[in-house]
Amino acid sequence: MTLRIGIDVGGTNTDAVLMDGLEVISKIKTPTTEDVTGGITTALRHILQVSGTATSAVAGVMIGTTHFTNAVVERKHLQRTAAVRLGLPATAALPPMVDWPSDLRDVLGGQYYLCHGGYEFDGREISKFDPDEIRAAAADIRTKGIKAIAVSSVFSPVNPEMEGLAAAILSAEVPEAFITKSSDIGRIGLLERENAAILNACLRVLATQTVAAFRRAIKELGISAPLYLTQNDGTLMSADFAEQNPVLTFASGPTNSMRGAAFLSGLKDAMVVDIGGTTADIGALAHGFPREASVAVEIGGVRTNFRMPDVYSFGLGGGSHVSADPLKIGPQSVGYRLTQQALIFGGKVLTASDIAVAAGVANIGDASKVAHLSADLVAAAMNRIQEMCESAVDRMKTSAEAVPVIIVGGGSILISRPIAGASEMVKPNHFEAANAVGAAIAQISGEVDRVFSLASLTRDQALDSAKAEATAKAIQAGADPKTVEIVDVEDVPLTYLPGNATRIRVKAVGDLTLAK
Amino acid sequence: MRQITASQLDDIALGAAVLGTGGGGDPYIGKLMAKAAIDRNGPVTLLDPSEVDDDALVIPAGMMGAPTVMVEKIPRGTEIITAFEAIQNFLGRKATATMSVEAGGLNSTTPFVVAAELGIPLVDADMMGRAFPEIQMVMPSLYGIKATPMAIADEKGNSAILNTINNKWTETLARTMTVDMGCSAMLAAFAMSGAQVKEAGVGRTITQIESIGRTIRAAQTAHVDPIDAVRRATGGFVIWRGKVTDVARRTETGFARGDAFISGLGEFEGKSLRISFQNEFLIAQTEDEVLVTTPDLITVLDAETGHPITTETLRYGFRVAVLGMPCDRRWRTPAGIALVGPGYFGYKTDYIPIEKRYG
Repeated sequence: MTLRIGIDVGGTNTDAVLMDGLEVISKIKTPTTEDVTGGITTALRHILQVSGTATSAVAGVMIGTTHFTNAVVERKHLQRTAAVRLGLPATAALPPMVDWPSDLRDVLGGQYYLCHGGYEFDGREISKFDPDEIRAAAADIRTKGIKAIAVSSVFSPVNPEMEGLAAAILSAEVPEAFITKSSDIGRIGLLERENAAILNACLRVLATQTVAAFRRAIKELGISAPLYLTQNDGTLMSADFAEQNPVLTFASGPTNSMRGAAFLSGLKDAMVVDIGGTTADIGALAHGFPREASVAVEIGGVRTNFRMPDVYSFGLGGGSHVSADPLKIGPQSVGYRLTQQALIFGGKVLTASDIAVAAGVANIGDASKVAHLSADLVAAAMNRIQEMCESAVDRMKTSAEAVPVIIVGGGSILISRPIAGASEMVKPNHFEAANAVGAAIAQISGEVDRVFSLASLTRDQALDSAKAEATAKAIQAGADPKTVEIVDVEDVPLTYLPGNATRIRVKAVGDLTLAK
Repeated sequence: MRQITASQLDDIALGAAVLGTGGGGDPYIGKLMAKAAIDRNGPVTLLDPSEVDDDALVIPAGMMGAPTVMVEKIPRGTEIITAFEAIQNFLGRKATATMSVEAGGLNSTTPFVVAAELGIPLVDADMMGRAFPEIQMVMPSLYGIKATPMAIADEKGNSAILNTINNKWTETLARTMTVDMGCSAMLAAFAMSGAQVKEAGVGRTITQIESIGRTIRAAQTAHVDPIDAVRRATGGFVIWRGKVTDVARRTETGFARGDAFISGLGEFEGKSLRISFQNEFLIAQTEDEVLVTTPDLITVLDAETGHPITTETLRYGFRVAVLGMPCDRRWRTPAGIALVGPGYFGYKTDYIPIEKRYG
């Protein structure tokens, strides 16, 4: 698999790169279009034409997208969603969506049903599953016209049966609804797993539309190579799987940028500042990988327990609105309409890109259109932009020592002066396409999630066997054996089963085998 | 006397997780429940122990069970009130105030629910100055104060009153009930006079954990090393830095038990630390030496943020710092060591105060 296309569909721009092994052959940045497909088609056509590559030579298309994260953060394109939880009389103290920002809960409708069922830690039922109760909830859901449902049950990672029964009834009674089961999405921790299931459910319609648009775009160009999406841990998933599980793409954008920045700069330990059109993300690389957050990560204000990079985002990008008196930059942005609405492109909105052009540090659009801006405003705005970046870098640093800072992303034209606290500042080649490069070099994973009986095996033997199997699966899927490592190990003892059984989940990941 | 509002619970829960030594239940769940109760009923009055009348009736309340269960089987919310009212009815007397059973973890915040719902004050004290896994492991036991009459209640509506010959029997009988109740139950026990609270309680621990939580938050904002800030705020010692390589857990006899293995980084490179837990971290040792044992406190902090990590969230790959902290001096008496020392938990090692090893 040597010729690969990496695409990053951001809120503002769509970036694409064509890579041959470790080399970037061609690249493009084009505005993200409302229909998603248009931008991708433009980008694909360009990189194939420029490089004179035949579509048949492409071995894989990897797409990273912040589409679903943005939808949650901006509270847009989300379906009204009902949460059905099995666990009564337990869990009533903290109902579904309890710790959510109220605006997001309002967008989703905040509808929930606390039902009987769920399991004790040892597999006993907390209370009897009641099909009539689920049917009543289904009838209410149908009456309210809700078409997305998340089902959760106490201890469903240990026994998913009741979630399955409830989902079957809901699916029969509300056939048009998309249903997400919490046991398919997350791990132990009812609230966090349920949150992830609810977010997944509210994104399903958007996921179907978006993945279909991705498929259409590559098909129109005659590319028959497999389509992958990148997940939050930097590994690939098939397009089919992504359509069912859009929540797994959360935070894949920053992961791709950071891995792309590490790859392009050759630096393994550094801070990465990725400035896009609307937001900037700051994260830390440790040994070439994004530093992982160990505390619960919030997405759009909602607590989850995914493995995610520790990233700080703030509202600064090339399209950020700038206003004077008082001076204000962002978080509003013209986003993908930069090339119509910014002054330098003949528009009427003063943006951060206009300021950078007026200050003479960037050369895009028509500089004469910003010649009238007062020198004081330009200087003050440039200082503010610098301050915003420096305080964010400082916030993410974990020691007072100066560290290398890698600057990537299209909006990085805003930064021309050295960042305080940086030992060196690196803008690598292809810096503006680091996210697409990150997608193109995304890793391959192999996963094992199975119940082992510890009657004839010790726990260590079972773990070793699961690790070996996950490693083999990763290699079989195309990972370079030399790079495969185990990134996640979890075991949940199933004390209620005879023979001392335990559920073991192991994930192995490795780099794609790249022929140079 | 001061008022505690919902917004102060963030610092209290964060600090409680440090003294929770990996156990004590998920402070997040406890915090949300306490916040909900305060939102419904208004702020909770926190009484300094010196403000409690000697003849006042103080009834501590809290949760019993396995923390790994609590993050899944969230309470109904009424259990703790059921237990508290059952004990008041049994005694034929209304409580003047309630109190935390332990300053560590979830039980630092559970009695806020009682205080808010019933409109009574909370005493700024607890019974351990940390968290321990068993009922009898409280300072009042060293003063001959009985746990019973004790009320225990579950979410299904079951409740019971126990009368036992000693506090160890309270643990034995209540533990069996807790397991049958699904490894998570609420209790009210150790009814004490104000005078007894002043003598046998560990005073001002709610204020202490609020201050630890504030310290961590301030360290993050000011970019000073949060690990060092926690170390100074608790008078502790950094005993290890490394990466979690395995967490072996089992839920048995009503506890979350297991071992966490942490391979060393930096000055600890090449060695592995093993921390054993029974709800709480109890002993930290390498292949060739014991570093810290109960009753001194062992807590695992995220190496970057200084946030404490509980046993149920501890996972493969986490980079952590391990902190050892001195316990209340009364735990170091012969009676204290017999009750909560390493020997009680089956570790064949003598208790040596952490200051003697590191000071």
